[in-house]
Amino acid sequence: MQPSEIEMRKAFEARHGQLLQEKFSSACVAVCGLGGLGSNIAVALSRAGIGKLILIDHDRVDVTNLHRQQYKACQVGMYKTDALVDNLREISPYLSYKTYTARITEENAASFIESADIVCEAFDKAESKAMLANLVLEKFPEKYLVAASGMAGIDSANLITTRKITDKFFVCGDGVSDIETSNGLFSTRVMVCAAHEAHAVLRIIAGKI
Amino acid sequence: MVKINGVDADLAGVKLSDYLKTAGYESKFIAVEINLEIVPKSAYSETEFKDGDTIEIVNFVGGG
Repeated sequence: MQPSEIEMRKAFEARHGQLLQEKFSSACVAVCGLGGLGSNIAVALSRAGIGKLILIDHDRVDVTNLHRQQYKACQVGMYKTDALVDNLREISPYLSYKTYTARITEENAASFIESADIVCEAFDKAESKAMLANLVLEKFPEKYLVAASGMAGIDSANLITTRKITDKFFVCGDGVSDIETSNGLFSTRVMVCAAHEAHAVLRIIAGKI
Repeated sequence: MVKINGVDADLAGVKLSDYLKTAGYESKFIAVEINLEIVPKSAYSETEFKDGDTIEIVNFVGGG
């Protein structure tokens, strides 16, 4: 049986405290890329009761995504935006979800992220990561940016950290484990990095970082 | 003296673009902050390290 909106709000408040939950509920976070990082970040933020999530990805769910991304086998072939929102609505039904099924470029990024307080970079290609980081830092200095670099391979998960670059820019990961030179991607290590990004978001909203 | 990614370096007067080349960075994979301000890519070749600068170079690697 699905709990009511009031029951879920009370449960959030029981775990986070009423004051902090009010901050979580009024926050808007953009997740750019809905793969191993982004789908896990979105699930974590949805479970935390972040009021509005903006979810952006151009791609469809592929069978090779299922080992580390928050999709189900029956969703292969769906747009990631549609599949993820279906899953998030099952997890946390009373939040606001806005999706854009589009490839994020320098030209269109601003229109997707302009209403977000915090932007999560969750791409897989290094060049796309750098593009979005530079764009947010240059054009949206008022926004917080949480990015990721280095979570491929099967090295220790303890090497993954959150590094504060400025008061508004944080980078999670080990900084070096490149998909090009590391052996594969492992759900556990990618999820650790995604959890670092999501946790940085919660700490930003809580004013603790 | 400047500080690059937390390490002191005797590089005052060096151009950012020259340093990046020497250190092996590719500009399409990085973001650079000097004294907490982002340096636009278009300014890499005209930006010179000054004594006391704190420089952070974030190098992005693939995977996600």
